Amino acid sequence: MINGTSGAFLHSRRVAAMLLLAATAVLASAAPLAPTAPAPDFTLRTLDGQKLRLGEQRGRVVLVNFWATWCGPCRQEMPHLNKLYEKYKSSGFVLLGVNVDDDTAQAAGVASKLGVTFPVLPDADKRVSRQYDLSAMPSTVLIDRDGRVRYLHRGYQNGYESTYDKQIRELLKE
Amino acid sequence: MNATLVRAARALAPIFAGAGLSLLVGCSPIEPWVKPYERERLADPIMQLQRQSLVAKHNEHVREVREGSRGANGVQGGGCGCN
Amino acid sequence: MALQCVARWAADAARMRGARLAAPLAGLLGGALPSAPATAMSLPEDSAEAMYHLYDGGGVTAQGPALLVRKSLMDKVTLSGTYYVDAVSNASIDVVTTASPYKETRKEYGIGADYAYRDSLLSIGYSNSDEPDYKAQGVSIDVAQEVFGGMTTIKLGYSRGQDDVGRKGEGFFDYAKHWRYRLGLTQILTPRWVATLNFEAVSDEGFLGSAYRAAQVFGALVPERHPRTRSSRSFKLGAIGEIMPRTSLHADYRYFYDTWDIKAHTFEIGGSRHFGESFLIDASLRYYRQSKALFYYDNAPVETLYVSRNRQLSTFTGFAPGARVTYQYKQVPGQYEIKGHLNYEYQNYKFSDFTDIRTGQPYSYGAHVLQLLVTATF
Repeated sequence: MINGTSGAFLHSRRVAAMLLLAATAVLASAAPLAPTAPAPDFTLRTLDGQKLRLGEQRGRVVLVNFWATWCGPCRQEMPHLNKLYEKYKSSGFVLLGVNVDDDTAQAAGVASKLGVTFPVLPDADKRVSRQYDLSAMPSTVLIDRDGRVRYLHRGYQNGYESTYDKQIRELLKE
Repeated sequence: MNATLVRAARALAPIFAGAGLSLLVGCSPIEPWVKPYERERLADPIMQLQRQSLVAKHNEHVREVREGSRGANGVQGGGCGCN
Repeated sequence: MALQCVARWAADAARMRGARLAAPLAGLLGGALPSAPATAMSLPEDSAEAMYHLYDGGGVTAQGPALLVRKSLMDKVTLSGTYYVDAVSNASIDVVTTASPYKETRKEYGIGADYAYRDSLLSIGYSNSDEPDYKAQGVSIDVAQEVFGGMTTIKLGYSRGQDDVGRKGEGFFDYAKHWRYRLGLTQILTPRWVATLNFEAVSDEGFLGSAYRAAQVFGALVPERHPRTRSSRSFKLGAIGEIMPRTSLHADYRYFYDTWDIKAHTFEIGGSRHFGESFLIDASLRYYRQSKALFYYDNAPVETLYVSRNRQLSTFTGFAPGARVTYQYKQVPGQYEIKGHLNYEYQNYKFSDFTDIRTGQPYSYGAHVLQLLVTATF
């Protein structure tokens, strides 16, 4: 009992087992898919109470961003999305920010503090989130002029906004 | 008897963990039932036990130095040969 | 002079076996991320923490500052640095019964890096601890992986430590090496409940005792003899959940056993609650129970290969109530947040087979642990 078993061999075997586990885990994480199906239609009210329907945006390029105040990457992404909105809104581009907070008032407060100018659509009962079967927060969906989902981004890492920029431009050219 | 069990468990643990892992990740018949947009409550600081790493490190250090046990607290702990 | 030397040798400077490991930051992955787990790992937020810590009990006072700075670099990697100082004034039971109180300072610094790639977070760290008669260095690597739609997080970690053991007036005469293997599982059960399971195996080799402490055999003081290897396993199961709006409850149990025949149980329960807009208060209760090492004797009645009178290896129970108050001083969402913290814990230990030589009774003591912090995330 007293003489330990800490031989160098045991350590390296254990280390190898652990590293193998880690490698399996990392490799097993799936790559995101980009479907080209028609975007599920939805109707939500803006913070001012106006009804906004996705189907009515046909003819324009739409970026739907699902966000929440409690999600760090979402807050990081907001200013970048705002810049994109300001840049392309006169070219037939629409940006909808669907918020999934339970507390809509708090979401409105955070949105105004972040200086958001695009419409924020509260989805407190998670109806639209379920419709879109979100698998990450934030999720960004790029919809073309025919109402088809062209690009789907799961999560947010720095640099994604330049990808959004390129893809919006590409969709606007169609 | 106990020692043999312990040794066996030690040896097999990586295999079980690996099997469980691949089951969860790859061929799982169960769908994740808490969606990413339902995680609001989990983001609250009250749902996190170790909020500041300095505090966790100090707590672990104080305990490890005065008690005979160590580990499994999610902190590297220790860092000295002292009281 | 000679008497002082002998006394110093016999005294408990409380240089115990060490678990010197790597940078403190590397392992605190899940806990360090204040945002919710998205199905993509995010780097820890940029932050700075400044802490004053104090331990006062059992005749020992250890206090000092601690600093942490964490900054992201090119939005791919987060670098962190910590600095920790322990100014120790030691007049513990072993010191006062066999020698005179002394003062000493220990300095520790650590650096770490975190890298996030999709669902994984990789953290590496290095730490270095320095005191006049003990030097410790450690490296660590941790991987956290989100699986199952982000509902399960699997963590793997490995640490390696290398120490130089010394004795005052003699220099460094021996070494100690440590290996730590960690496995952790965090499982979201419902939108309000999370369960955790942690396992850690620790192995040590080298000089694992104290260069100053003495053991007692047949009433006579002899230098303590510790084994030169030790291997331990620890399992911890916990759950935390929001039981009411703005209120949470947590409980955990840890079982520990090692090759020195020590078995320990740790129970902890606690709750947290938001008060008003700016206050967050936690309360906790910890109960600890340990059985002695095989070669531990208060006064050995036999001659054994290994013998120790290190009270940390004896049979004892510990009881620690604690409370933490966090005050949110300023918050600008998306920009920065400043908080002040006050943490206090009272730790009471009762030994069953370690005698207070001054009174002849089983020893017990209480200690106050205080932490004052200012933290900022930006």
